[in-house]
Amino acid sequence: MTTALAILIGLLFAAATYCLLRRNLMRVLIGILLLGHAVNLLLMSASAPLTRAPAILGADGKPIPGMADALPQALVLTAIVIGFGLSVFTLVLARSCFQGKAIDDVHDLGKEDSP
Amino acid sequence: MIDLLVISPILVPLLTLIVCLIPRISAKTSDAISLTSAGVLLACVSWLLITVVSHGTLTLRAGGWAPPFGIVLVADTLSALMLWISAFVAFVVLIYGVRSGPDALSPGHLHVLIHGLIHGLMLGVNGSFLTGDLFNLYVWFEVMLISSFILMVREGHHSQLPGGLTYVLLNLLASALFLSGAGLIYGKLGTLNLADMAAKLGALQDPDLVNTSGALIFVAFAAKAALFPFHFWLPASYHRAAPAISALFAGLLTKVGVYALLRLFTLVFTPANGFSTTLILYLSMATMILGVLGAVAQYHIRRLLAFHIISQIGYMTAGLALGGELALTAVIFYVLHHIAVKSTLFLVGGVLEARTGSPDIRHHGGFYQSSPLLALCFLIPAFSLGGIPPLSGFWAKLNLLQAGIETGRWLFIATALIVGILTLFSMIKIWNESFWKAPASDHPRPATNTGGRPFLAMLSLCGLTLVFSLGGAFVFRLAQRAAGELADPSGYLDAVLKGGTL
Repeated sequence: MTTALAILIGLLFAAATYCLLRRNLMRVLIGILLLGHAVNLLLMSASAPLTRAPAILGADGKPIPGMADALPQALVLTAIVIGFGLSVFTLVLARSCFQGKAIDDVHDLGKEDSP
Repeated sequence: MIDLLVISPILVPLLTLIVCLIPRISAKTSDAISLTSAGVLLACVSWLLITVVSHGTLTLRAGGWAPPFGIVLVADTLSALMLWISAFVAFVVLIYGVRSGPDALSPGHLHVLIHGLIHGLMLGVNGSFLTGDLFNLYVWFEVMLISSFILMVREGHHSQLPGGLTYVLLNLLASALFLSGAGLIYGKLGTLNLADMAAKLGALQDPDLVNTSGALIFVAFAAKAALFPFHFWLPASYHRAAPAISALFAGLLTKVGVYALLRLFTLVFTPANGFSTTLILYLSMATMILGVLGAVAQYHIRRLLAFHIISQIGYMTAGLALGGELALTAVIFYVLHHIAVKSTLFLVGGVLEARTGSPDIRHHGGFYQSSPLLALCFLIPAFSLGGIPPLSGFWAKLNLLQAGIETGRWLFIATALIVGILTLFSMIKIWNESFWKAPASDHPRPATNTGGRPFLAMLSLCGLTLVFSLGGAFVFRLAQRAAGELADPSGYLDAVLKGGTL
């Protein structure tokens, strides 16, 4: 299972990289979103979630032996929240770009740069 | 009391941010609140700096959790110095006024929000300087970035949006890489506390692990610090923000990246732990050259200055790559000098743009005659940046070159000297076009009067540059102390892991 998770993370990174290298702005945005998911899964995998028991205390209030590390899950939650906020902001920004100049090509982002 | 002092650089901007979010504050009130808060922050960090210098490294364990489990805030000499200079720059930028120049038309409700965001930015910057935890560093960076994103594009001009989008996308990418690096190293070490990581990596001696996660984190901070080849977002975006905002960005944002590099690559990913710094040196030299060549080709004043930031970042990271106490001292001195100088130049650029109505220096002219004070405010930082003795840039470059000679990096020395000449050349270009030649007759936009507050701001920053220049020995000793702590991290480790609180 851990191997499958590693392959999944690798595929997500590959897809994200492919999208980020496109010229179409929408694909670049999708790439950034995919990259966020890939990174979150990578962080999650640091606690070895598939081979250990869930990170929940037992009935006696003591940790179960072989419990997964809970900290990466907290980190992933934080990263998801931050990532969500930033993604929404980026999408709104990109929408304004589309509307203003009808930019949908990444190369056009640099065109207005001459003073 | 000491705990409160350590966390005050985070508390003060946070409270101000909350106050600025209260609806229906008038623009005048928000100005007053914002300026007072920046003054209080400056007082707090000055006290913190004095305490750190006299008592040594201070730590605060958030929630009382002992390291390595809880988040720990650490104020050593480097953090305290960085906190002080950024609070000073923020205070001065607020004196300059976020409404001066072409920005004067921004409506009132937006104005309050801008003050809130500036303090939000300071919250993130100060948090990054203080934290001793890798994931917490990521969170503070995001706090800083989201504020900067909004400040960058807040007017919603179509000129701002494409550059802003580039900036946002590149920073999101860098954050993702940083997070991957942090995840990988957590998976292996099971800790996020920087001091604990340093201790564990030192015992582990696993160059493969250090180099993979180290490289990911290096790329992330190199992108935030605008190091070649990750620098393209900076000249595309900085000059689009309002002058005061871009001065704040120019002074602080990239330097937070440099600070993070300094902290992580002297403590965690060190050559002693198996991280190779040779690549950093070559990237730094490429950054120095390409940055200054970009500047030479520009006519947009703040865009020209933005290219200079890149070139100067190269000097700083090159010092980091050279390693050793002398090089680190030079880098810390360089960072302090650069923040003061660059902010001044961006403010001068803002006044020039407001006076002539054009950012293009070919449309400027005659300011040496019409406004000698403005010319002085430009000359001091420009000469300092070019490395003319006895100004601060000369001491910074001299120490860096000495460190280069000691380590025998002749290619670096040659690069540094050539780039120094080109820097001076492009500064002279601005001087000739904006100040010396006869006033240009064709002004594309009507000029606006800037009033006296910008001059107070620029003169206080020039004063700081002069303090760095003439009181160089004092500042140098402080930088040396900070570098000593970086070069021998045992004091840092003891303070964090064994609890060095007073």
